[in-house]
Amino acid sequence: MTPAMRVVEKRQLLSAEEIGRTLQRLAHEIVERTGGAKDLALIGVRRRGVPLANRLARQIRGFAQVAVPVGTLDITLYRDDLSTVGPQPVVQSTDIDFVVDNRDLVIVDDVLYTGRTIRAAMNGLFDLGRPKRIRLCVLIDRGHRELPVEASFIGQTVQTSDTEIVEVRLEEIDGEERAVLVDRVP
Amino acid sequence: MLHRLSHLLGIETLSSEQIAFILDQSKPFQEFQRHPLKKLATLRGKTVAVAFFEPSTRTRISFTTAASRLGADTMALQAESSSLKKGESLIDTVRTLEAMRPDGIVIRHSSSGAPEFVAERLEIPVLNAGDGTHEHPTQALLDALTIRDRKGKLEGLNVTILGDILHSRVARSNINLLSKMGARVTLCGPAMWLPRDLAFLAPNLRLTHRIEEALEGAEVVMVLRVQTERIHEPSLAPDEYIAGYQLTPARLQLARPGALVLHPGPIVRGLEIDSAVADGPQSGVLEQVTNGLAVRMALLYHLIGGASADAPHPAKDRTNASD
Repeated sequence: MTPAMRVVEKRQLLSAEEIGRTLQRLAHEIVERTGGAKDLALIGVRRRGVPLANRLARQIRGFAQVAVPVGTLDITLYRDDLSTVGPQPVVQSTDIDFVVDNRDLVIVDDVLYTGRTIRAAMNGLFDLGRPKRIRLCVLIDRGHRELPVEASFIGQTVQTSDTEIVEVRLEEIDGEERAVLVDRVP
Repeated sequence: MLHRLSHLLGIETLSSEQIAFILDQSKPFQEFQRHPLKKLATLRGKTVAVAFFEPSTRTRISFTTAASRLGADTMALQAESSSLKKGESLIDTVRTLEAMRPDGIVIRHSSSGAPEFVAERLEIPVLNAGDGTHEHPTQALLDALTIRDRKGKLEGLNVTILGDILHSRVARSNINLLSKMGARVTLCGPAMWLPRDLAFLAPNLRLTHRIEEALEGAEVVMVLRVQTERIHEPSLAPDEYIAGYQLTPARLQLARPGALVLHPGPIVRGLEIDSAVADGPQSGVLEQVTNGLAVRMALLYHLIGGASADAPHPAKDRTNASD
């Protein structure tokens, strides 16, 4: 058995204002490096990638006058640790109401860590069709990759230790807006 | 929660929370049926034994397809129940299957209680695919999913079940489920298939032998198959049944406008239901078939997948807390 762990907050990584500014910058980068937004579509990974993808789409509509479609992806059925996690995690719905074939997709998630979530997300997307390209946008890259996965658009890169946890809290889900680094201490 | 469930033996032992959980978990799998690529690797490496001691086509194909779409392998056993003596030989057969190390077993048997008997003796999850005249839980769950999709809810709905209630495990599971979820259930059929003591199956059941009375105000009409193979006593002549109980377009007019018509299949056209109703816009028969896949995928995912409750955790937790 693992001994009881306590979780302590070590420092704030992003304030509400900084999250807003970072998303604005990321939205501009995505449009710039896509050469317009014609075939672009955003895929929010449940849970916190979803509000982030919606916000990015709203930003892009604001400055580029393009309505970028947003889909929601649940990766539960594609996880590689299902036989090790005990009771099966609850499956959520995937809502992608556009054809992904030949789309220029950007997967959006809050934190990039081992890369396993993104591997699962790509598997899920390929079950829906053959996108032209898939790139990744994350608010925070915290390192410790276990797979050859890198993000094309990164809000902030943070050095972390293995025991630390990056928590992104968003208004839509958590009722507050900030990113913090917490640590597990015995 | 279903997380605490180790078998699916019947609806009777489920709480309304567990029923709602299974229905909710079926939603993502409903949408999955529309994917161009219908193959997951979620249960890769798992094996599901599909043991049918009684003939069946649709339920067996549905379970096998559900397992296959989740990435599991199946091993099929088709046996005539007449060739097996109940009790010992049933357990011998499933012990043989168990020795091949499946991760779960789907069982249909002509004896009521056979799945429970097996569940008490095996270490693996048992899913009841229909036992005697007792229960057919996945049928009731897929019916409920179809009703909820079309009507938006189960609570407070007027549901009429029509036909041979006495011999029907589909009816029994549906009565259990619908009552638990707060629907108002009316049972209707000829006297010999609707004895008075069926009123004790669930609280607030309404029983009537008059189809006109049963259909009035109905928002869902569930038509049962006339099961000639399960009837031992002198049965009703087909033309008498048709005259008294066949669901015809004219009779369906007595129900609420847009009432949903369900049938567990296989349909005996022209006996319990008129083709115009079975193929009409109010029929949910084909949705029932698709929803059957979704419900069975959800159940297999939650019952067969995952580590057993007391297995040690081999992998350390690598999921980000924000995930």
